[in-house]
Amino acid sequence: MSHWPFIIGAYALTFGATGLLAWWSFAAMRRSEAEAETLRDGR
Amino acid sequence: MSGAMHAFANPARFLRIARPLTGWLGWGGLLLIALGLGAGLFVAPPDYLQGDSVRIMYVHVPAAWLGMAGWGGIAAASLMQLVWRHQLAALAARAIALPGAVFTFVCLVTGSLWGRPTWGTYWEWDGRMTSMLVLLFLYIGYIALADADRQRGGDGRISAVFGLVGAINLPIIHYSVLWWRTLHQGQSIGLGGSTISGSMLWPLLVSALGFSLLFGAIVLMRMRAALARNRIEARLRRMAQ
Repeated sequence: MSHWPFIIGAYALTFGATGLLAWWSFAAMRRSEAEAETLRDGR
Repeated sequence: MSGAMHAFANPARFLRIARPLTGWLGWGGLLLIALGLGAGLFVAPPDYLQGDSVRIMYVHVPAAWLGMAGWGGIAAASLMQLVWRHQLAALAARAIALPGAVFTFVCLVTGSLWGRPTWGTYWEWDGRMTSMLVLLFLYIGYIALADADRQRGGDGRISAVFGLVGAINLPIIHYSVLWWRTLHQGQSIGLGGSTISGSMLWPLLVSALGFSLLFGAIVLMRMRAALARNRIEARLRRMAQ
């Protein structure tokens, strides 16, 4: 049995889940901080 | 130590430190992950028994470590919230919960993918695997409880108590391979040293450090987003008056 399909599956899941989580957290932070700045400046 | 902790609990001071730290942790983490996983995939030798499937260790072990460390962080923050009433601690615990759950899920699935070629099965109700699955359920319960409490305008004490009580699962996970000698292999890395060969150990440690730094950056990003949302809500309330 080749081990590589299992290895590729494990790495793909790790990269996908970590990347999605990091990107989502970054986007939420940028959006919320920009909105807070806009409200603070009264624009 | 206690003074520094109280000083850090001030949101303005926290943001002054967190803003530059987020980028350093994030980019530093990505760099170390690339180095650790690159070496794990292409430089480290295959295991003499497990063959190439051992390369799953370089993502599985950091995920397991972060799943457990995440709940350790929730418990520590919950304790600070209950004892010193630090609202930043409550916010930190909520920020840790989702990344902790994601890494616990990654640990379970990558472990399952490692198990099939190594043990001949994707899953077994072994002590280590079952207690990690319980940890995932605890995370899901914590996230649901903290969200419900926040929506009802609660002070987060219920979820803090849940965070502390749930920490009882951490020693169970850690010692499960000693208490129930079933399928999962025993401890390979401890305070006294490691049974893993140096050529396999260094990529694992670099990868674990990289994922830990990225985890820290994600938690800081989630805390900064939550603090910004709090500022928005406070501002809107003032404007409505």
